[in-house]
Amino acid sequence: MSSYLRFLVAGLIGFWLLLSGYWDNPLLLTLGAFSIALTAYLASRIERHYPLKSVTRMLFRLPAYGSWLLIEVIKTTLDVTKCVWMPSRYPISPTLDVVPMTQKTRVGKTIYANSITLTPGTVSVRFEAGGHLLVHALTADSMDDLKAGVMDSRVTAMEKQ
Amino acid sequence: MELILDVLSWILLMGGAFFGITGAIGTLRFPDFYSRVHAGSVTDTLCALMIIGGLILQAGFTLVTVKLIMVLAFLWYTSPAASHALVRAAHHMGVPPVLLPKPDARSKTREGSSSKP
Repeated sequence: MSSYLRFLVAGLIGFWLLLSGYWDNPLLLTLGAFSIALTAYLASRIERHYPLKSVTRMLFRLPAYGSWLLIEVIKTTLDVTKCVWMPSRYPISPTLDVVPMTQKTRVGKTIYANSITLTPGTVSVRFEAGGHLLVHALTADSMDDLKAGVMDSRVTAMEKQ
Repeated sequence: MELILDVLSWILLMGGAFFGITGAIGTLRFPDFYSRVHAGSVTDTLCALMIIGGLILQAGFTLVTVKLIMVLAFLWYTSPAASHALVRAAHHMGVPPVLLPKPDARSKTREGSSSKP
């Protein structure tokens, strides 16, 4: 049993116990053990193609990035809220444009595109050839913020070995 | 202490309700499909965060809190995938986006067009 599998099974047991809250019903515990075994089997098949080792560093950097992203989400939500309630003072200017992305790995690209979509006011539409991303933004200002590349460089920094 | 927690959680719940209504009004008010998705993502993110935060303050240190935090994590991981799928499908089917220039530029073009006879 590899250390990865042991780690995974321990994590899944903790996850199942926390979610169910049943610690002493033998039937449910058996079913839980069965589902954990099935999940571990499927995950070990995925592990062969996309090893977890390639993303562990990013996983450890995720909390710091997540807290920065949380503040970004709050800021952009307030911008969109202003556009909704005061349309004459904060008029919208929907924009569709390509944004360069500097990530090299699949996971980095996914995190960047999902972060763009998660922050209200910008949605990633599709990947373009040559490492670009087609983005729809609610206002031209939010598109400019995205093109300034702060989020892009933060995600790329997470990729560093 | 109890009172402070109650007041805080009510502020969070009311704030969440406000952002939910904001998302609904934005969905009605914005001009096209793409910009309506932006209004919907307000409800997805800050509304969900504030309502679940308020509920966590009500629940205290229990299993319910663990589940609520997981609900929030799953929402935040999956809602971008859902809105991206919507927008991508719309773009693929050729739904035309309404594109407007920045307001100062727009007022200039309006003057220009009105000066034309």
